[in-house]
Amino acid sequence: MSHKRTTIPVHYDATGHNQAPAPLSDATGRQATIGLDIMSREELDSFGTELDAVRLRTLESLGQADANYIRRIIRIQQWSEILGRIGIFTPFFWPTFVAGIMLLGLSKILENMEIGHNVMHGQYDWMNDPLIDGKRYEWDNVAPAQDWKHGHNYLHHTYTNIHGMDKDIGYGLLRIDEAQPWYPNHRFNLPAATLLMLFFEWGVMYHGLELGDYLKGDMSKEEFLARKKRALAKTRRQVFKDYVAFPVLALALVPMVGWWAPLAVLGATFTANIIRNIWTFLIIFCGHFPAEVQTFDEDEAKNESRGQWYLRQLLGSANISGTRPFHILSGNLSHQIEHHLFPDIPARRYPEVAREIRDICERHNLPYNTGRLSKQLLSVARQLGAYGAKPSDPYLVGNSPESKALRRAKREAARASAEGAEHLTA
Amino acid sequence: MGVVRTALASRAVGSVTSPHHVDHYLEKLHPLWTAEAVRARVVGIERETDNATTVTLRPNGAWKGFTPGQHVEFGVEVDGVRKVRVFSVSSSAAAKGRNFSVSVKAHPDGFVSRFLNSRLASGELVYLSQAQGDFVLPAGLPDELLLLSGGSGITPVMSMLRTLLDSDAIRPRRITFLHYARSREDEMFTEQLDGWDDLPDVDVVRVYTREPEQGAELTGRFSVDHLKHLGIDPATTLTYVCGPAGLIASVRDAYSEQDAADQVRFEYFKVPTIDPALLEAAAAAASGTLTFDRSGSEATNSGNTILEQAEAAGLTPEYGCRMGVCNTCAIKKLHGAVRHVISGEINANTDETIKPCVHVPVGDVAVAL
Repeated sequence: MSHKRTTIPVHYDATGHNQAPAPLSDATGRQATIGLDIMSREELDSFGTELDAVRLRTLESLGQADANYIRRIIRIQQWSEILGRIGIFTPFFWPTFVAGIMLLGLSKILENMEIGHNVMHGQYDWMNDPLIDGKRYEWDNVAPAQDWKHGHNYLHHTYTNIHGMDKDIGYGLLRIDEAQPWYPNHRFNLPAATLLMLFFEWGVMYHGLELGDYLKGDMSKEEFLARKKRALAKTRRQVFKDYVAFPVLALALVPMVGWWAPLAVLGATFTANIIRNIWTFLIIFCGHFPAEVQTFDEDEAKNESRGQWYLRQLLGSANISGTRPFHILSGNLSHQIEHHLFPDIPARRYPEVAREIRDICERHNLPYNTGRLSKQLLSVARQLGAYGAKPSDPYLVGNSPESKALRRAKREAARASAEGAEHLTA
Repeated sequence: MGVVRTALASRAVGSVTSPHHVDHYLEKLHPLWTAEAVRARVVGIERETDNATTVTLRPNGAWKGFTPGQHVEFGVEVDGVRKVRVFSVSSSAAAKGRNFSVSVKAHPDGFVSRFLNSRLASGELVYLSQAQGDFVLPAGLPDELLLLSGGSGITPVMSMLRTLLDSDAIRPRRITFLHYARSREDEMFTEQLDGWDDLPDVDVVRVYTREPEQGAELTGRFSVDHLKHLGIDPATTLTYVCGPAGLIASVRDAYSEQDAADQVRFEYFKVPTIDPALLEAAAAAASGTLTFDRSGSEATNSGNTILEQAEAAGLTPEYGCRMGVCNTCAIKKLHGAVRHVISGEINANTDETIKPCVHVPVGDVAVAL
């Protein structure tokens, strides 16, 4: 769900497309500062033009091979789902039972990452196939597609790594960046992250409610209730399928296996969901939270050019190197940089796009953050540990008297300038 | 729909395949085994004229049949892209079996119609919708019926006449089938129309506007005089008109003048424009009308993005980044051409998904907003 507006915009004109997304654009005419320490404005513009050219070239070459690919992945996912569900109905023979759990987990991973996430970005909208349409697709996950798309496609992909705008920086739970204020609960960064890992889909669903926004008064009650309703409906359907319908079908096994057959099916499905949760968590945390990934202030990003928007995506993301099956299992989000530069290009193209991006980065002397899964994971864990400790600088501690005074001063300044503006218009 | 399909499309099955529709699985087993999605195989292709073709389809069990005069969405997949156009059914609804056909005239600038005429082969898979449209005959047939058509607008009324002649039900006392074509070579269904010349209660009249035949009963474009000559009284004749906008307008004017506007049922057919030269001109001029189909309003194309034009028209469409990244605003464009403001690429397919925040209309465009 995106916010709907009633006023007619006057300042924004997408024609030419060299403007920052609202509300990152203002009338001051002051240009964003992102990247100015490493590149000139001209260089930033040519960087933007080069990336636009890569995007266009790739979009123009989309065709049958891409359609065949996504359908083949869906076919593999569905067969592994069907075989997996059959497998977990054999609790009397542990090799097929365990294989069933693995296949069901694999199917959920493929469905959520390479299929669901990518389809919901609109990567395959050009095919005009209603079953893989970004607006209609609903994924096998308790988070309703609509609210996930708002937080992810819109907020996270537009305002990537901007403090206060991209809510995926630590998900309002963890402290993963120096610029986030520290609160005492961040002492439990690592255990909290571990719990989030195990129940990641529930975390994603809760995140999509944006309770924080509602409590702060940034979201209307109707909007929040609508989100809650959607989340409950989706949860009900998911829980019914995984934990009621199939275990009930397993009652048929009771005479053969024993009273515990439905419980075995339920447990196996639970395990498959956990496998998916762990895997998606690992891939996603490695995409933005390793050291050296940069975050930004709203001020730096105000009125950024297209080149600066691209640069922010590049500096705010990290890749994971690996084999082709690994990339597919990660939904090609192992190419997080390419995904953030071009979120609507079919993910199977990211490896080939990556070669061009690396080349462009080399020519412009830009960092390109990549590493093995183990390296990136270790880096994330270190970050979580380090930023969980109380900083010595009182301004980094959220509830220190110094921070409170600073916030109060900022509020007052904002109020004063708003009143000033009113005087001017009156 | 058969018992198996009804069961597969039931809520019980849906709750187990949730969040996906059962067709999502079934189509991977076999493209025709879908429970609700209508699909068909091409079983016959027949040339009608140099540039018109009749395609006979064998639909799967999800097809619920059609009423003569209705149309169907017809999608073919080319290079991974499903191209959809709407065509009228031309066959008889009283014929035996489930097969039906659509007849299509190739428009030099209509991709699907050209594809149908040049590349579509027997055995090909076609993605359909259920038959739709209310351009159909009433349950109780009138005494006098006029079926009037121009060019490829003949298809729905052809289906009506074929059905009336095939069925055993009592038909109107008098049926007039008045058709306008450029020439005899350009006319569809010529052979069958010739064969109906001596039916007592059906008067088949064809007017060739560009190459009139020697001693033809009527000549030139439609006018009230044609009706007078045929002895048709608009006030008492239920009239179905299908054809180009010009023909429909003059028929409606003629009936209005005689206070018989309520006797006319009409259907337009839309032709997509993708002639590059025309589009360049249209893009430069920011001309045309932008139609918001769901809200039933329209705006003169101002040259801004479709999102901005919709907002200016007082609509409140969903949007996010306003820079073509997040896909929040994605909607169906029903017909017409749009240009991407970054890439300059022009898309002119019927029923395709676009992002209104980065697309501007080129000429007449209708969107699902």
